[in-house]
Amino acid sequence: MTQNPKSKPSSDSAKGESAGNLSDPKFLAELRVLMLKFAKLQLSDESLAEDAVQDALIGALKNAGNFKRRAALKTWVFAILKNKIADILRKGQKYVQASSLLNEDQEEDNMDQLFRENGHWHKHERPANWGHPQEAVKQDHFWRVFETCLHALPENQARLFMMREFIQLDANEICESLDISTSNLHVMLYRARLRLRECLENKWFLKGENTEARIL
Amino acid sequence: MKSIMMNCKEATKLLSEKRDRPLSSKEKTSLKFHTMMCSACRNFDKQMDSISVYAQSYIKGKDDDE
Repeated sequence: MTQNPKSKPSSDSAKGESAGNLSDPKFLAELRVLMLKFAKLQLSDESLAEDAVQDALIGALKNAGNFKRRAALKTWVFAILKNKIADILRKGQKYVQASSLLNEDQEEDNMDQLFRENGHWHKHERPANWGHPQEAVKQDHFWRVFETCLHALPENQARLFMMREFIQLDANEICESLDISTSNLHVMLYRARLRLRECLENKWFLKGENTEARIL
Repeated sequence: MKSIMMNCKEATKLLSEKRDRPLSSKEKTSLKFHTMMCSACRNFDKQMDSISVYAQSYIKGKDDDE
């Protein structure tokens, strides 16, 4: 990761109206909700999540410099939060019960729905061409779909997925901190990604409001 | 991998794993061979890229550019 949350962005612009974003109660409240959502998915323990968010916000308020854009401020605050969560996870506290990681029967059913016996896709499950996937990020409704799909993942899969793809922890680091095997991690991430892509495709890319996707 | 012809289940598993570990050259070859002929798995691969992009955009203030 290139960003260093400890260092203030070197914006030398005058203190415009955007300088006090963290003192805007509405913005702060919204940011807090998003942070909490993120932290809770990572640390199934609610009070630990609250603490991490609180710490991150205090750190941010203490050092808030000038941010030209709210997006830059958000990135920075989330970088601090990511570090707090990673610290907690690194401390070796095992929030994921290894025994509950794999729910084999249920997962096998899901795989059977996707793949035929010979291991090839069922015809109606074949991944479609998403067209211009970068267009989706501009649409508010897409993000609601994205959140819905994320929350539809089994809890352990969601947590591992977020550790890997949101916080971008190294795979070995995740295995160590959660005390799971590499192959377990690979299987869980694979299943999470399979589910997520299926959900996004069905709920967004093949829906009427998005005409980009074509089944090839 | 027993033969060079892998199926979609095996291919997608590797397409996921390559994001978390380096693949062996044998795995890479079989994968390339499969995706060359399978548009569904090619789509899957691109979708994995998109999902990583979405994950990063999601936490980087996707709805707030003011």
